[in-house]
Formats: sequence, C-alpha cells, structure tokens
Amino acid sequence: MSQEATVNEEHLLEVRDLSIAFASGRSLLAAVDGIGFAVAAGETLALLGESGCGKSATALALLRLLPTAGRILGGEVSFAGRDLLRLPEAEMRGVRGGGMAMIFQEPATSLNPVLTVGRQLAEVLERHLGLAGQAIRARSLELLTAVGIADPERRLGEYPFQLSGGMKQRVMIAVALAGQPRLLIADEPTTALDVTIQAQILELLRRVQAERAMGMLLITHDLGVVAQMATRVGVMYAGEIVEEAPRAAFFASPRHPYTHKLFAALPDLARRGGRLETIPGQVPPLSAMPGGCRFAARCAHAWDLCRQEAPQWREVGPDHRVRCHLDDEPERVRSTGSEAVIARATGPLAAPALLAVADLCVHFPIRRGILQRPVGYVRAVDGVSLELARGRTLALVGESGCGKTTVGKAILQLLPTSGGSVRLLGQELVGQSRRELRPLRRRLQMIFQDPFASLNPRMAIGEIIGEGMRALAMPGTHPQRPERAAAIAAVLQQVGLDPAAAGRYPHEFSGGQRQRIAIARALAVQPDLVICDEPTSALDVSVQAQILNLLSDLQVDLGLAYLFITHNFAVVDHLAHAVAVMYLGRIVEQGTVDEVLRSPQHPYTRALLSAVPSPRLEAQPEFIRLPGEIPSPANPPGGCHFHPRCRQASAPCRERYPGTSTLSATHTVRCHLYP
Amino acid sequence: MAPVVLWSDGLIWLLVLAASVLGWLSRRNPLWRAAWQRVGRSRSGMASATVLLVFVCIGLLDSLHYRPRLEESAGRGVGTASEKTAVYSVEVLSLLDFLLTPLRTRTEKTYSEPLATRAHAKESIKVRDADGQLRQSREYPRLKHGGAHLGADEARRDADVAERVLRALGLAMLVWWSLAAATAALLARRQHCSHRQAWRRIWHNESDLACNAVLAAIAGLLLCGLPLAMLATDYHVFGTDKVGQDVLYQVLKSIRTALVIGLVTTLVMLPVAIFLGVVAGYFRGWVDDLIQYLYTTLSSIPGVLLIAAAVLMMQVLIDTHPQWFATAAERADLRLLALCFILGVTSWTGLCRLLRGETLKLRELEYIQAAQAFGVSDLRIIARHIFPNLMHIVIIALVMDFSSLVLAEAVLSYVGIGVDPTMISFGTMINNARLELAREPMVWWSLAAAFVFMFTLVLAANLLADAVRDAFDPRLTGSA
Repeated sequence: MSQEATVNEEHLLEVRDLSIAFASGRSLLAAVDGIGFAVAAGETLALLGESGCGKSATALALLRLLPTAGRILGGEVSFAGRDLLRLPEAEMRGVRGGGMAMIFQEPATSLNPVLTVGRQLAEVLERHLGLAGQAIRARSLELLTAVGIADPERRLGEYPFQLSGGMKQRVMIAVALAGQPRLLIADEPTTALDVTIQAQILELLRRVQAERAMGMLLITHDLGVVAQMATRVGVMYAGEIVEEAPRAAFFASPRHPYTHKLFAALPDLARRGGRLETIPGQVPPLSAMPGGCRFAARCAHAWDLCRQEAPQWREVGPDHRVRCHLDDEPERVRSTGSEAVIARATGPLAAPALLAVADLCVHFPIRRGILQRPVGYVRAVDGVSLELARGRTLALVGESGCGKTTVGKAILQLLPTSGGSVRLLGQELVGQSRRELRPLRRRLQMIFQDPFASLNPRMAIGEIIGEGMRALAMPGTHPQRPERAAAIAAVLQQVGLDPAAAGRYPHEFSGGQRQRIAIARALAVQPDLVICDEPTSALDVSVQAQILNLLSDLQVDLGLAYLFITHNFAVVDHLAHAVAVMYLGRIVEQGTVDEVLRSPQHPYTRALLSAVPSPRLEAQPEFIRLPGEIPSPANPPGGCHFHPRCRQASAPCRERYPGTSTLSATHTVRCHLYP
Repeated sequence: MAPVVLWSDGLIWLLVLAASVLGWLSRRNPLWRAAWQRVGRSRSGMASATVLLVFVCIGLLDSLHYRPRLEESAGRGVGTASEKTAVYSVEVLSLLDFLLTPLRTRTEKTYSEPLATRAHAKESIKVRDADGQLRQSREYPRLKHGGAHLGADEARRDADVAERVLRALGLAMLVWWSLAAATAALLARRQHCSHRQAWRRIWHNESDLACNAVLAAIAGLLLCGLPLAMLATDYHVFGTDKVGQDVLYQVLKSIRTALVIGLVTTLVMLPVAIFLGVVAGYFRGWVDDLIQYLYTTLSSIPGVLLIAAAVLMMQVLIDTHPQWFATAAERADLRLLALCFILGVTSWTGLCRLLRGETLKLRELEYIQAAQAFGVSDLRIIARHIFPNLMHIVIIALVMDFSSLVLAEAVLSYVGIGVDPTMISFGTMINNARLELAREPMVWWSLAAAFVFMFTLVLAANLLADAVRDAFDPRLTGSA
C-alpha cells in the first residue's frame, strides 16, 4: 500500500476534531466526540461501526444536514481547502451535490415519488451545472447509461414506483453523480438490497469512482462490503474512531480489541456449529458515556488504566493507528468453536419427519373490475416441498420476493393456502378449522424479523409471553397466576434475560434483548418447530452472534427444529443442517449444507454464493454477475423461471420448467443442466 | 328539596367517572403515564387545563339538580297527613343556581348596560311634584337592583366601582400569593430542598409539572374573577337582557350546555366510531365494504339538513307527548340530548375512517401475526393488541372535537335548530342578541359576554388539544 501514502499528500476532505451532539431537553448528548479523518481523491474510506455509533451523524454533519436537534459542537471540516463549517448557507448549497453528494440507505424513500426520474436529475443539473433544455436531456441520458440503466430514454420519463429497488439505487447514484461531485458519501448504500443487487451496485460504485477519481466515504456495518470497497478503514465505536488502517493491514492484523471482536462475531465455516464470539453488554448510551476508554466495560483485556483515562492515538504501523492502552498486540482470542463443535449428523435423515410440506401453493388472486373478478394469480409459493426432522435446522434461502416468508406463514396457517399439504407430526394442517388447529399451534411457533414490530409496545413483557400460554391453555400451567408467573420467569431465564423483566415494557429493551423476548414468547408454549423469519437481519453483528448462539443452545437443550428463513449465507453456513434455495416461489436446489454451499449445482445458487461479499481478503470468490432482478411472481418468465438471467440457458430452458434431478440421496436440483 | 337527575346529568357524571377510571388506568400504565407527564410539562397545556378545570367545575355545579320545596301555603288544609306530602316547585334548580340566587332572582324590567344604575331605555314615569301634582316625565328609570345600595347618591357609582375593583385585586393578590407559597412549600417538602430553591425551580420550569404556567393561569383567573364577583353582588356586571335577566348568570349557565354538547356528543360517537373503524380495518372483506359504504353515504349528506330534520322531528315528538315530562327543564334536557345524539351520529365518520386506516396498518404488524400464530381469538386480539395501540388517536380526536362541537352548538342554535329556546346556551344568547345589534344605542353586552366566555373556553380546549396531541402522537414523541 505504498501508493496510498503518496495519494494522501493531497487530502480532498479533512475532518479534524469534529464533535456532534443532540439536544435532549435542556442537555446535550454527545453523539460524536472529536473524530478526525481524511479522504483523498480516488480513495475510499470506510467508516465501520454498529448502529448508534455515530457514523450517519458524521456523514450528515459533513453536509451540514443534521436534524434540528443535532448541533456541531466544534471541529473543522475542510473540503478542497474550504472550511465547510464556516461557509454561509448559500455557498453550502453549492457544495452539497456539487462538491460532495450523498447516497442514502433506502432507495425507496430517497427519490421523490411524484417526480419523474428525468426531473429529479434535471434539478441537480440545473442547479450545479447551469444546464438547460436539450443539454439537460443529453446529460441525463449519459448519466443513466453510466450507471448501467438499460433503455435510458424510456426511464427518463418514468416515476420511481415504476422502477425496482436496484434500479432506484442506480438512479440515486446517477442523481448524486449529476453535480460532478468530488466526494461521494455513501451511507449504507446496499443494506436494503439483495446480495445479487448489492454486488451490482458495489461494482458500479467502484467503477464510477475509478472513472471520475472521486473520493468516497463509505458508511457501513458490513465487513464484507468493506473488504470489497475500502482503501482505508476507520472503525467507529460510541462516537469515536478507535482504529484506522489501510485495508490490507486492517484485515491482516486488526489491533483494537473491538475490531477483533467484530471479526470473531461473524459466523463462518471455521466456527460452524460452535459458539460465536460475542461482545458482552451493549454500546453505552449517549447519556452515560464512561470516562475512560469507551469500550473498557465490554473489553476482555481492560485494565485499570482503561477505566481511568481515555486512550490517545498510537501509531502501530504505516498509516495504521489505534486508540487503545494495550501496548502489545492483544493475543488473538480465538473462539471456542473448535472444542465445542457439536456432532451433527450428516447422513440421510433417518428420523421420521416432524414437518412434511408437500407441493405447497400460495396464490394471491389479482382482482380487477367492479365485480372484483380474479384476472390472474400471484404465484408467491408454487409447489414447495420440504421435510424437517426433530432437532434439525433447515435453511430456506433466497432473494427478497422469492416467497420464502410466505412459505413460513403458510406453514403456520397464517395465510390461506391454495394447495398442497402441510403435515406436522403426521397431522394435516391445511384446511383445518381454527379450533382444530389450536392444539397443533403450540407445536409450531414463529420468530419474526423485526424485533421492534413483533412486540406490542403497550403490553408488559410478562403479558406478551403469557399470552400464548393463556390462549393455548398450556397443560401444566393452570390459569393461576403464580404458576404462570413462574413459567414466564423460567422461560426468560432460558433466553438469558432477568426474570424481573416481566414487569417492564418493550421500549426499555435494545434490539437484541427484544429478539430474546420474541424467542421467549415462542418458547413459552414449548414448541417442537420454530420458524425463524430472518431473526438476525435487523441486528448488529455482535448481537446477531448472541442470538445465533442462543438459538443453537436451545436446539441442543430442547431438541427444537428450526425452519430458518434468511438471505444471509454466513448464518446458513453456521447454523443449518440442510439448505433449500428458493427462486420465484419454487425450490431450485435442496441438500445438506455441505452439498449446497460447497458444491452448488444450480446456476442461481452459484451466482448467489458468489455475490456474497466475504469479510476476508484472501477469499474473494469470482463474482458471477447476475443480470437484471428477480421477475414478478405475477408474471413469471416461461420455461425455467431463471432462464432470462442464466448464462447457461439453452433452448429447453425457455420451453419448460425443469424436473427434479437427484444428485445424491439428499441433494436435488431443478435444472436442465442435470438430466 | 327533592334531587332531580336529568338524563344529561347522569351522562355528565358518568363521564366524570369514566375520566377518573381513565386516569387510574393511565397511572398504572407507564406509557400513558409518561404521555400525561409530557402534557404536564407543557406550559400552554397546563395553563389551559387550569382554565378548563374552572369551566368544568362550574359545569359540574350546574349538573346537580333539585326541586326546591315550596313553602306551605296558608290556604291548604293543615294536618299531619299533608305534612308528609311535601310540595315541590315545578322549577328545577341546580347547585349553581342556588349559589347564584342573588344573580338569578334580581331581574330588572329590561335591558340595562353593564354596571348601570339606570335602565337602557327611557320610560314614562309619573312623578309627584313638590306641589302635590302628578307629572308625567320620560326619563331613564332607576334599576331595581343595579346599584341599589347607592341610594340617591348615584354619582358615587364610579368611585364605588373603582374601590370594589381595587379591593378585589388586593384580595386576588393575597390569595394568589398564599397559593404560590403553598405550592413552593409543597415542592420544597417533596424534593427536600430549601424554599428558595423550590421557588427557582417553579419559575425556571424545572419541576415535573409546569407549575409556573398553572400559577400564572390562576393569577389571571383570580384577577378577572374576584373583581367580577365583588361587583356582581350589587351591580349587573355584564348588564341585563331583554327580560331583565343578568347576563353574567346566563353566561355561567351556558357553560354547562357547551360542556354537555362537547362531551356527551363524543360519548355517543366514540363507541360507534371505534367499533366500526376497528372491525372494518381488522376483518377487511365485505365487512369493510359495508362499513365504508355506510360512512361514505352518511358523510355525504349535508350535516345541517340532517340535524335540522332530526331536531324538528324530535320537537314534534316532544310537543305531542307533554305527559312525558314533569318539568320544562326535563323537556329542554331531552332536546339537548337529542341534539347531542344527532351531532354524534353525523360526526363519527371522520374518526372511524382514521381508526380504520390505523387498524389496517396495525393488523399487518408482526405482533398481531404472532398472536394469530398462538391461536388467540380475534376479539381478544382487537381488545389486547389493536385497541390499546389506537388509544392515542382516540384521545387526540376526543380533545380536538370538543371545541368544534361547542362552536357547532352556537351555530345551530343561531340557525334555530339547536337547543330548546328556554335553555340558556351561548347559541341562544347570540341568537337573542343579534336583533338588538341594530338598535340605537346598540345593545352589545350580551353578545360580547357570550363571545368572551366561549372564546376562552374554546381557546383553552384547543391549546390543551395541541398539548395532548404532541404528547400522545408517537410520530412527534419519537420511538416511545
């Protein structure tokens, strides 16, 4: 990385000692405390950190776009030689968009829904380049082509709702590029997108940055994205940058204990089936920042000095500095995974299936006209067959919109099924009345994705957990209060919460704790099967590790079976015994974890796996570019659903849907490549 | 005396009961407690709440009715048997009437200006001259009660009024000062700090309750109220109306009517709006279609026409069944209730639509699905999961609707389809005063008094509504 040192001579953006606080009543809560960094032209600085560490506030402060409660307490932001914090507002407007531009996390809300794409581009072009009339159109077409939008002529006149998620993010990038900024701030630009789209967008960002020699400030929580994109990495924790290093040094020898923990908390093959490293405790709240090192309370290596005095920057290598009192490189704390690997049966499933889903279909009618006649069907789930034995985990993987959540809800009978059968312990669930279903309900439960939406904010934790027991009239727990209270306390302890939590309300808990409560609610009725719908996708890495550990502990202790719905392959690899890959309502490949993840056979599985950014430098797989996006299930392509995006598609693929090819006793795939 | 419970009295006290139950529930539920504490910290909210409380107290005093026992008339048979069958007046009085007896009974002949000692219009008076001859003269007659204590010395009126006002202001200061000192002492004891610190906390608004706003509002009320009370003992502070009734008395009586209209109407409307809105949103399908159809139809009928038709029908019904009512008050009361009812029927659609939309959003949330996965019954899901999460909308709507209903009553009475003409309300006062505006010299005091009181009431309600909305709306208060 010697060339970086030369590039660094001339900084495009230099931030010194920037402090941001949020006004809360009469007091100011410091969100960002004296951070400093620099970005050179053509360089990508990745700010890495968990939610609430102040990385988005930093980005907004650079543009002076903090919300009304936000205050910049001090510091200096010099951009191309000008101090932005002292610029009058009128000049600042020229800097926004013209000097530096920002891409936001959620493409769906960052475009104005009532303006056409062309209008939104023209707005920037008029303001910053002073173009008018035909020049705007020509330049807009150029920009849309540059961000890889096919048929830009037509797209120019379209509204955001006519575009897919990935396309919206491309338009957002085009809008950001329109003012010819010298610095691009990307705030979690791919977090809301699927892996295949994420790979496309990251590739696009890399390309436009190289073409225009822009500086880029990339804000992310995903180590995989960092590994792909960054030139240098800054790790933020509780409003401070605790480590800053060039990418190679960062991945080869991270120095701060927090960075270590972040790496260790990532689920991956090496720790498969074992326990993940977790960071005990939580990020300290803004109102109660500890005096010394902010990480001291959660750090395994903390000693007296850490608690008394905040550490200063220390150079530990070329361009690599760290804020830590530990003089020597802390010895790598390896996870205990190697010793705790749980023997997992890998042979064919001998046990009788707990859950058997055969040919499950969920079709939503599309109604039109006055009489609301169905004119077609959205085939959200179209003939899915699964089997799951007691104590095992089956992962259902796919991009958003492929119908995996619908499968989960249809198994629970929360949605009306259109066909097929779901048998639990040999008993049919489809077509049963609510009364008949009730005794079966306690055998299967669900954990939802968003721990903030899955708990009723108006009910105490005890009531939330007790609700299921009460509704299902659990045997052994009579509706007498003391007994139920004891049961609730027991289940809270089981998920690692204080039994006293029963009297508190959801808003008093953090995301990870809420997810534990949701798990406790499901466990309270002693189910055999738990359907986990992306239970960790809304959580930070360190919290995700806690939840995954908890889930695997519970599986060992209680013999639970999990149907794990996710799009995160690292989690699948860590937790699952078997994997089913879904595409457009159908399962295209199914097998054990090793079969599907180590030797994927379906072109879609391969593309999906290659698109997952790996948080290791050495192991970046060759990226199979998957063109386009997942088609609408209301109007799937004829033949094999995947053929328009498949590089290996041939004539039969366009004509009929492939049958099931059995590759081994457990491995099946639906593709014409395998007769 | 015999207590009389009018229908509206029952409903009002039921509302008081409901409010106390709600208060008790809010105390137990930490989320609601937090929201009410936010209201408590809002200065405009607390000041207006203080003013509203005074209005409500007047209204409640006016909602305890009785029929006074008539004096045994001499002509009736004297005997032990008749002593038991006491005779009661046909007039229904309230506790407020009792307290305001002097105001109520001291009626003049006709109009008189505020604080006047003589009537507003000239009259022919026969005066016996010194020489014993009867002479007819036209002049402003002396009022029977207004300034009667002055006797012949009418010129002393201004000095008397000024003296009374000054004395009242002094008293007001004294009362306020002792109230403020008591508050500070209480705060000092609660928070274990010195009186000086307690004072500072009150004035810098550092306590949990916006005490300074409450004290300021009390100061304002005392400074206005005490002089009024002082003067009202011997003058007609706001003058008298056409039949010589004291306008201050009418204004105070109007408060109850306004409160009944504002509160009872919401009571009529709430159950319908909540039930239909939640059911439509939760069950969707044909239930939703039916309810939507119902409220779209209802809200497209011009409200005034519907109200006029219903009130006229009610009037006919009342007129044809005089035997239903023992007293005129009962008849007027029924008409008031009918008005509340019909206003309620026409005004539930807005809240219903709001609640339906919110329920549509809520039912897709994951905690509802989790409950469904437990096989919890629909009714229980509505009661435990949906309804509590709609409460903030209901509370906001309740407080905001109040002021618009008070205004609606005034308009309807003005149009002539409001409350019974014998019932005193802001609307009837305005209606009676409107013709007199054209008189020369103008009779302005009726209208002005009604305007000032109604304005204060509605302003206080609106400010409180704002504070409540800010405190309860989850979008404005962040994630809590």
